[in-house]
Amino acid sequence: MKRYVYIWFRHLMTNRYVRKYPEYETRVFVLAANRSGRRVVTASSARAESLGIQTGMVIADVRAMYPALEVIEDPGFSPEKLLEALAEWAIRFTPVTAIDPPDGILLDATGCTHIWGGEKSYLRDIIHQFRNLGYDVRVAMAGTPGAAQAVARYGRQAEVVESGNEKEALKRLPPEALQLEAHTLEKLHKLGLSCISRFIDMPPRVLRRRFGQELTDRIAQVLGTVPDYFEPVELKEPFRVVYNCLEPLRTPTAIRKAIERLLKRLCDRLVENEMGLQKAVLKTIRLDGKVQEQVITTHHPSCQTAHLIKLFELKIPFIEPDLGIETFILEAPLVTDLPPGQEKLWSVASQSDQTEIARLLDHISGKGGIIERYLPAEHYWPERSYRKADSLHEKSEVQWQVTRPRPVFLLPKPEPVSVAAPVPDYPPINFRYKGKLHTIHKADGPERIEQEWWLENGQHRDYFLVEDTEGCRYWIFRAGHYDEKGAQWFIHGFFA
Amino acid sequence: MESELVRKLKKEILEMQGIKPMTHNRSVETGLGPVHHAFPYGVFPIGIHEFVSQEPEEAAATTGFMAGLISKLVRNDGTCLWIGNRRKIFPPGLNYFGVNPERIIFVEAVRNADLVWMLEQALRCEALGLVIGEMADMDPGQARRLQLTVEQCRVSCFLHRYRPRIASASYAVCRWRVKPLPGHTEEGLPGVGFPAWEVSLDKVRNGYPGSWKLQWVEDHFEFEQTAERKTGKSALLHIA
Repeated sequence: MKRYVYIWFRHLMTNRYVRKYPEYETRVFVLAANRSGRRVVTASSARAESLGIQTGMVIADVRAMYPALEVIEDPGFSPEKLLEALAEWAIRFTPVTAIDPPDGILLDATGCTHIWGGEKSYLRDIIHQFRNLGYDVRVAMAGTPGAAQAVARYGRQAEVVESGNEKEALKRLPPEALQLEAHTLEKLHKLGLSCISRFIDMPPRVLRRRFGQELTDRIAQVLGTVPDYFEPVELKEPFRVVYNCLEPLRTPTAIRKAIERLLKRLCDRLVENEMGLQKAVLKTIRLDGKVQEQVITTHHPSCQTAHLIKLFELKIPFIEPDLGIETFILEAPLVTDLPPGQEKLWSVASQSDQTEIARLLDHISGKGGIIERYLPAEHYWPERSYRKADSLHEKSEVQWQVTRPRPVFLLPKPEPVSVAAPVPDYPPINFRYKGKLHTIHKADGPERIEQEWWLENGQHRDYFLVEDTEGCRYWIFRAGHYDEKGAQWFIHGFFA
Repeated sequence: MESELVRKLKKEILEMQGIKPMTHNRSVETGLGPVHHAFPYGVFPIGIHEFVSQEPEEAAATTGFMAGLISKLVRNDGTCLWIGNRRKIFPPGLNYFGVNPERIIFVEAVRNADLVWMLEQALRCEALGLVIGEMADMDPGQARRLQLTVEQCRVSCFLHRYRPRIASASYAVCRWRVKPLPGHTEEGLPGVGFPAWEVSLDKVRNGYPGSWKLQWVEDHFEFEQTAERKTGKSALLHIA
């Protein structure tokens, strides 16, 4: 025997507004927004409604009637979202809840009420809890969702309709309670059927002929002869697993086991959802209540226990168990969809290779390694001729400059050298670097590289590839033009 | 018949010592021509190749030679890991030796102990083509562990030791030294010519040490003259 509770929020949006701005509780206000060129009431507070102000009235008219009325711009919050949040909150009453926009929630209360000591007290608690939240609700319980809704909206507050008694309960209600189309309602009223009792006992074929299939279907649903469908709210369960130990854990082996167990549970769930975690936080709660946090991050979304446990293994030495750890909590605050297992069929470097390398890099960065990969940048200035890649897979649109030789070692900052350079625009005869005199035997150049004035101001450089008598090759340059008094020369790199 | 047997036995001995030819029994064309005679079975051995340099110029030459080897050893799109303490490499410079810098992942380790650990982890990753480490010294225990890892994993390792305090350790399969040489240019023509080096193989396990003069031309090694092979005693029968 199914039991349903319908919760009707009489002032959903205005109640929410008061919850946010408590000073409005005693004021008479309406929320208003522009609809087809006119300002109309989108939600009316309880006090305003008692004055007869309904949703959909034009503000100008309302103002004429009640000049003291406060008109507030509608914040535009979606009632569906609010209802979903409320439905999630209502999980405390039953595991199955559904929303009925624009202002209702349906609870499947089957088998739940005995915990509250009966259906009456169950409904009382619902009203009470929602009132504490600041929402004015009307509730009713019946054997079908349709009947519960009808009674909640048009019957008495907290009415309980026994299963099988729906017909009796509905009889005194207006046809609007059946949630029919406007034109059907209009037809019913035109024919004087202003109460459900007047037509509910008519044979279905008569009703169908006059009012269409909808009315008979709806009556059958409300009475429970035909099942009514609704979509329960799905709870977004956070990726979080908890492990409570029987005995406090102290040894690294035991801690590792506990983490492994948690990871396995978490990864199983991730696999189900085809997700991978990019960040995981392990919280350990010690006997003395101290909470320690260990964070791991991955380069590639991962749901592999074997890999993740390795990352955590590096963190285990940093956990101080002291007298022992009671509780382990593992959370995955950052999860993303797993990339497809295979990317390119023709690529020689298979996806599995990439994943393996990404895993290795996770380990290395876990140990404090700084990982960098370089791509060409469109600059001639040597320091700017490459840039860091953002990811392991990033490809560059530009090509490496290979027309001129470049050294294998580049000094982070050019170091000044003293030279003997008697001939303008020729390489020097010798230079002294770190106290050692290098006599230049052969040279290549100059290669002039200009400053990129849009980035930085400064002198151009005339680079020479020089080789000393011992065969060592250097990259030296003169900053600016040749000068009789001697322009400054620098060494910038070493060639192989 | 007998020679066949002896060869088989020799091979078995080599395998017991952890000497395996590189890349799954497929002999790779390193372009090192005469140097191959120095290797056991004439095959570039898998394991730790140690490169020792003292001066920055030598270090640069060593890096160039290593880059040339990488371009030959690692298949076209294989990824390499370059682990070091202080990076001096200028990525665009590697292009000259046929290595696309995009293929190389540079890792900077703060502590020496971490560096060895990272090398070990990297060697276990089959997806990598080659692992290059830059560190001056490592204690014998670490070195031995590294060698064992290499033997298990079949990923080769180049270890560049710049100014090592302890000159020798016995873990490496080969110990190389690269010295820059004056480039060859036609008389009267300007320029410095191709990078030329004197490459000496100070130590090679079960092989014949030697010294060669070679230069990097366009995309391959070129030997200036035939190797002056040292009269190294056959280490093959020298089993510890």
